[in-house]
Amino acid sequence: MAEPLFTPEEQKKFDAGIAEIISHYPPDRKSAGMLPALRLLQDIKGWLPPEGLRLVAKNLEVTPERAMEVASFYVMYHLKKPGKYVIDVCTNLSCSLWGAEKMLAYLEEKLGLKAGEANEKFTLRETECLASCGTAPCLQINEDHHESLTKAKLDAILAKLS
Amino acid sequence: MASTAKAIEPIISAAWGKPQSWTLDSYRQRGGYEALKRALEMQPAAIIDEVKKSNLRGRGGAGFPTGLKWSFVPKDSPKPKYLAVNGDESEPGTFKDRYILEDDPHMMLEGIAIASYALGVHTCYVYLRGEFKFPAQRCQAAIDEAYKAGIFGKKLMGKDYELNVYLVRGAGAYICGEETALLESLEGKKGWPRLKPPFPAVVGLFGCPTVVNNVETLASVPAVFQKGSDAYAKLGTDKSGGTRLVCLSGTVNRPGVYEVSMFTTLSELIFDDKYGRGMPKGRKVKAVIPGGSSAPVLGADELDVAMEFEALKVKQTMAGSGGVIVMDDATCMVRSLWRVARFYAEESCGQCTPCREGTPWQTRLLRKIEEGRGEPGDVDMLSNVASSIAPYPPIGLGNTICALGDAAALPTHSFLMRFRDEFEAHIREKRCPFGDKPWGSFGDWS
Repeated sequence: MAEPLFTPEEQKKFDAGIAEIISHYPPDRKSAGMLPALRLLQDIKGWLPPEGLRLVAKNLEVTPERAMEVASFYVMYHLKKPGKYVIDVCTNLSCSLWGAEKMLAYLEEKLGLKAGEANEKFTLRETECLASCGTAPCLQINEDHHESLTKAKLDAILAKLS
Repeated sequence: MASTAKAIEPIISAAWGKPQSWTLDSYRQRGGYEALKRALEMQPAAIIDEVKKSNLRGRGGAGFPTGLKWSFVPKDSPKPKYLAVNGDESEPGTFKDRYILEDDPHMMLEGIAIASYALGVHTCYVYLRGEFKFPAQRCQAAIDEAYKAGIFGKKLMGKDYELNVYLVRGAGAYICGEETALLESLEGKKGWPRLKPPFPAVVGLFGCPTVVNNVETLASVPAVFQKGSDAYAKLGTDKSGGTRLVCLSGTVNRPGVYEVSMFTTLSELIFDDKYGRGMPKGRKVKAVIPGGSSAPVLGADELDVAMEFEALKVKQTMAGSGGVIVMDDATCMVRSLWRVARFYAEESCGQCTPCREGTPWQTRLLRKIEEGRGEPGDVDMLSNVASSIAPYPPIGLGNTICALGDAAALPTHSFLMRFRDEFEAHIREKRCPFGDKPWGSFGDWS
């Protein structure tokens, strides 16, 4: 028999989360909760497994295709299991003027990954503007902002990731 | 340059950086929610009139008069009405709403309460871009405080009027800052913009009348009622009231978010000691994008212009989202435009052919030119591709449903208009004239 998607504890968290999400919308508009519901699933599982997408769809009373359509449109949803730490490096104009491309190259070398690649520990991605242009260059690690990065600062941050 | 720019009294940013500025206690000590009390004693129509008289204009990009937008909501509609707050701040060079959400979220929440009451809205959704984890935490904590204090909920500040405010996080899509794409996203769909008309004020969220307002716009509303609409209007020009936030980034000594008057010029922002404190030693300004990456670029001799909607329109560019990006004389214009073009190619939603196909085409051509593989005719080709997305000069919207097409084409048109020589030089010399330092050597990573 296939492993169940959730542990009992995760199931409880998912059910409570879905109930809360649905309560924010008109009763005939459950499907509006798609983005928060996908985020809930990703918070629990670390990514969006296919059986999870089906479960979200069922709870919101839409087809699984609809859940997949939304999940594949937005870049923050992981349709494959990412590394433990997802590093998103902004290389847009303001960050590049402060050395972001060089910072990305440094990370690629240090992690042994090209942008867009992943291993168990890290997913390294080039991303679009993170609204930190005044504190460039910047990156996010699992959605936490790190700004005004110098080589020393970045090394210290990376050293803490176990 | 010493400080010669006229000082202003900050409104939106007054409490930033002060201890606990994001809490309800702090906001109340500064007179917070008094404007809401005042507004709740007025008739809804009178509130809208006050906002009209204040000359407050939308701070998200288009600069549409806020009171006028509110007045488009049909008064006699039997459907529920909605307020959607646009906090999808993603336009490169723009990072102001984030500070409101992090440092003074109650100012926006008070604006939401006033707007909702004026519009007959009982449900408001605050849509924040997905990457805003920390701003979302601060904002949600403030919403929770407001419920607990009896400001939101069954009785709006004790009045017999229900208002619920929900925070929704996006999931990484610039297009969702376009108001109809934002509504699609709020409905749980991919962010594909809708054809307009009908406008959201008539057919918006769930097919109901909806006002979509930017975070800074709503955060500006309480001041209209604290100061009075006349006093607020007088802070600005005849057509644009109040103060505004601008975001300074790129090769300047002191980047950051600054609250300025509608009369503050670009050159004051860059050089004045109160703001950017000028260029790094030995560097000169080459180009400035005045209102987020989609705003047409200006040359170094065009900076004596107020950062205000009408003044920048005269220069054939726009105040947009207030994102000012400075590029110095060591910056390659081809490289810069390539990076901007790549952004729009990445963020095009794929709905309209000219944008879906044109944005990657621009990117490929720019990469080719920057890498020294450009051929004679490529610059004209680039210009043609941009024109097929949105012709220049613009006549309303370009060939696409939403303004992302224009946003992608305008940078190309304007860079070619002002820096065409540099593009031609890349092709002539078969290399980037800036060698392996197209971004200059600025910052710690050089």
